[in-house]
Amino acid sequence: MRKLLLGSIAALGILAGPMMTTAAPMGGEMIVTYKDDVSTLDPAIGYDWQNWSMIKSLFDGLMDYKPGTTELVPDLAESFEISDDGLVYTFRLRKGVKFHNGREMTADDVKYSLDRVVNPRTKSPGAGFFWSIEGYDEASTGKADGLAGVKVLDPFTVQITLSNPDATFLHVMALNFAHVVPREEVEKWGADFGTHPVGTGAFRMAEWTRGQRVVFERNPDYYQEGIPRLDRIVFEVGQEPIVALLRLERGEIDIAGDGIPPAKFLEVMANPDLKKQVVEGDQLHTGYVALNVRMKPFDDRRVRKAVAMAINKDRIVRIINGRASPANQPLPPLMPGYDPDYQGQPYDPDAARALLVEAGLADGFETQLYTANTDPQPRIAQAIQQDLANVGIKAEIISLAQSNVIAAGGEEDQAPMIWSGGMAWIADFPDPSNFYGPILGCAGAVPGGWNWSWYCNEELDRRAQAADAMADPAQAGARIDEWRSIFTAIQDDVPWVPIFNEKRFTIRSGRLDGPEGIFVDPVHIPVHYDQVYIKEGR
Amino acid sequence: MAAYLLRRLLEVVLILFGVSVITYLLLYLLPADPVRQIAGRSASQETVESIRRQLGLDLPVYQQYWRYLTGLLHGDLGRSYIQRSEVSALIAGRLPASLQLMVAGILAELVLGLSMGIYSALHRNSSTDNALMVIAFIAVSAPQFVVGILLLYVFAVKLGWFPIGGYGDLRHVILPALTLGIMGAGWYSRMMRSSMLNVLEQDFIRTARAKGLSRFRVIARHAVPNALLPVIAMIGFDIGIFMSGIVVVESVFGWPGIGQLTWQAIQRVDIPIIMGVTLIAAFFIVMGNLLADIVALFMDPRIKLK
Amino acid sequence: MTILRAVLRRKLALFGLVVIVLAVLAALLAPWIAPADPYRQFFDGLTLQGAPLPPGGDFILGTDLLGRDLLSRLIHGARTSLVIGVAANGIAVMIGSLIGITAGFFRGLPGALLMRFTDLMMAFPALLLAIVLAAIFKPSLWIVAMVIALVNWVQVARIMYTETVSLAERDFIAAGVSLGASRARLLFRHIAPHLLPSVIVFGTLGISTTVLLEATLSYLGIGVQPPTPSWGNIIFENQTYFASAPWLVFFPGLAIIILALAFNLVGDALREILDPTMKGKF
Repeated sequence: MRKLLLGSIAALGILAGPMMTTAAPMGGEMIVTYKDDVSTLDPAIGYDWQNWSMIKSLFDGLMDYKPGTTELVPDLAESFEISDDGLVYTFRLRKGVKFHNGREMTADDVKYSLDRVVNPRTKSPGAGFFWSIEGYDEASTGKADGLAGVKVLDPFTVQITLSNPDATFLHVMALNFAHVVPREEVEKWGADFGTHPVGTGAFRMAEWTRGQRVVFERNPDYYQEGIPRLDRIVFEVGQEPIVALLRLERGEIDIAGDGIPPAKFLEVMANPDLKKQVVEGDQLHTGYVALNVRMKPFDDRRVRKAVAMAINKDRIVRIINGRASPANQPLPPLMPGYDPDYQGQPYDPDAARALLVEAGLADGFETQLYTANTDPQPRIAQAIQQDLANVGIKAEIISLAQSNVIAAGGEEDQAPMIWSGGMAWIADFPDPSNFYGPILGCAGAVPGGWNWSWYCNEELDRRAQAADAMADPAQAGARIDEWRSIFTAIQDDVPWVPIFNEKRFTIRSGRLDGPEGIFVDPVHIPVHYDQVYIKEGR
Repeated sequence: MAAYLLRRLLEVVLILFGVSVITYLLLYLLPADPVRQIAGRSASQETVESIRRQLGLDLPVYQQYWRYLTGLLHGDLGRSYIQRSEVSALIAGRLPASLQLMVAGILAELVLGLSMGIYSALHRNSSTDNALMVIAFIAVSAPQFVVGILLLYVFAVKLGWFPIGGYGDLRHVILPALTLGIMGAGWYSRMMRSSMLNVLEQDFIRTARAKGLSRFRVIARHAVPNALLPVIAMIGFDIGIFMSGIVVVESVFGWPGIGQLTWQAIQRVDIPIIMGVTLIAAFFIVMGNLLADIVALFMDPRIKLK
Repeated sequence: MTILRAVLRRKLALFGLVVIVLAVLAALLAPWIAPADPYRQFFDGLTLQGAPLPPGGDFILGTDLLGRDLLSRLIHGARTSLVIGVAANGIAVMIGSLIGITAGFFRGLPGALLMRFTDLMMAFPALLLAIVLAAIFKPSLWIVAMVIALVNWVQVARIMYTETVSLAERDFIAAGVSLGASRARLLFRHIAPHLLPSVIVFGTLGISTTVLLEATLSYLGIGVQPPTPSWGNIIFENQTYFASAPWLVFFPGLAIIILALAFNLVGDALREILDPTMKGKF
């Protein structure tokens, strides 16, 4: 067994946190607005971009990311060890961490939380992430009562045994789904735990008035000294993005949670005062057109390539006012494994026509393009439609509620083409593996799955598994290289036409500040609530 | 009277039962799988099936419905698939905003419609009367989303008199209420006008005038109240129209009511919410119609008088 | 012809008739009178930042968010509105009359059942029902028309029922029965002709409601499928820009209002001309 120092090094980083920030002001209240009501704040269940970061401020997991980065650091774990074969993870827990109800968090809570999330009765949308833990199959189908692979060695040591080496396992431990919850509160509130969340996080729940506001207040017992900076965060819901923006201009609120509404975007960016308050960042997101490789004529690689070369991505980006950058591969630029030198299938309608002729479709063909029916998705679909018409492909647009599109994508012979906008893949964690399994691998090419292109390349599947088995941190670089080559191989086969990577524009009041990167934090959207503070003098 | 009421209430129950059956069947036919929405994209086939079993969604539709109905009879509207909260709590959280909007909408349409109608009747065939009736026609021909967006543009964006959507104090409710009420105002002004003209021609008005009562007194004390009755009887029917209207108006103004809740639920096949809202809406509509009928019943003698 | 003359005598109805004729002409002649291809996304139809062009200049009414010519889309949109308006309303009047007359004529159990079913449908919030129906079927022009018809027949059925009942009870019908006229003969020779005015009135007035419902469904993104232009979906596609590009909402909005108004005016005139007793019922 080889002890990894990674844990303790990173812990230093956390200790350094307060030192660095003692100068930073404390206290005050921040107002964040959202249009939609906050759905559940149960970490095992919440899975939308709005509650994701809210949950992160109420709960903690064994692992976390350094604020503003995608760098893994231990959180509730003080340190951890990985066995040589990469199958056994031993986490030593931080002592003296208290739940909001005052009780100390122990190893039993960690086990309880993991058992709970995979238990089918919890109906967690994140259960599948824990596939690599020993006993997952039994636990997730209800045949066993908990995960055999999760053991409590002593009150502050948890040992997790995997059935397969999993290089992404530490990322999984940083997901909300792995956050630690106190059993007594979960049992007390039952299905309503999501509205009465109790965790160990920097903030605790103070008020929830449905349809109006959710208020978080400082957790005075939070284990990280000097965190959070704010006393209270008020989330006002039911606020139209346009109203939110106006209120922000007037200084009534601090963050417009839904971002800058499309109609106001050009106006804001043209206004030097407002533009100063906008922080631009990248997201782990790719918008793509899935081509169903099991439906004619997309079973022919030349046809798929023709489609890819027919679409003018620059124009589409212009249609959405430059709020994205054109994409040529599945992985977004921020993701390890992204290949900046890859060319993909560049826009070239003549080459596309030639490819169609080669495929025996000189007269083009008729097909369908599915899209979600919320603006701007039908508009983007129409831009794609026109580009395809230009090379002789007549695509009828089928614009449906997103759940209907998802359902159509999950059937082998329903949707020849799907524009993913509005339902697109935003990575759960910053690892290329997360962009493969369910959406491009064989596992997702099943009825009801999310692999809408029904692409299943068994050789690549094997390579992907092998890459994810490279759990030794020393191999991290080699592993990423392997993933890069896997994604290049996929894109050469064109199951997708990647269209663009959406950018993120966070607009905030002038009085907010914080450490570098927290306003474009890849994990905490729109902002890292624990780290943000209010400048003095206001 | 008591027997009549009892019969009508029984009808209400039967209608609500019918509404629940039809809605459940329609939602069952939706080509989308709610379990997929719940299970998330990383779920295995086994997990999906296990969730389906727990929710009873693997059962034949009539058994599913029976489970729903049993819950309903115990006052349980179920839990949202996506938000995981009690549907009753979700609706209760949203209903006040919607009711506020509807009440304001009814006020708007009555104030506008009745005053226009009365004015028109008293100045029959004048140019103002003609203009008002043209306006009334335009009002009933204007879709709410267009009215809403135009009102927002003129009074909120350009003139800045009102906030651009949102929910809160009185200033927020004015534009949405106008939007909701404008079509009804058109109807009411036409109805009120013809009702007033009817009344003004009747004997008791002439008698009152002959007795030397002032014109104002006759109109305010006798003509208007009598003309109002048949018009007021229609308010019950407005509820049905408003139940549709709020979906649009709430979406235009970002009003956090049940319309928005439903719209989101439809997008995400959150069937328990759609069921719950439909039933609540149907309940309001049926009660509104019942109310209208009862009002009409009380007015019966007067109608016969004619 | 006397009806037409009567309509022409009323100024407002005449205005309505002219609008309807113009709309029909625009719909029929759309390919010839539209200045541009309504589907073509002009490269220079957007600014470099991707904003639509205002009215004036090369595009008379400006462009939409995809750089298409708004005027051409409006002209072609008239087709959608009219086709759906006439078709959906026609079906609705047919279903409604059939159910209403059947229930009113053959009372007893079948009539009662039909009317209870009608009451049941009345209890649904119309828009919600339309939204759910639209989500069940894959949307197309005809599906949208069907959905609207399935929602709108209820009102027709109610009124047809009441009228049939009162007609059937009228003296001359009773006389017809005593003279031994067959039931079918009674229905077609005596009742149906008296119902015709109502059918005509509904056939016109209802189009206005239908046009509005189509626009609303399209506005919610569940109506006519893009890129087929409909006045409602033009607003749906462009409404987020209403503050900076109000013409994208203003012109299609005006088109909807004027067309609905026209059918209302003509329908109202027809009602006054054909059936004075209905006055004030609405």
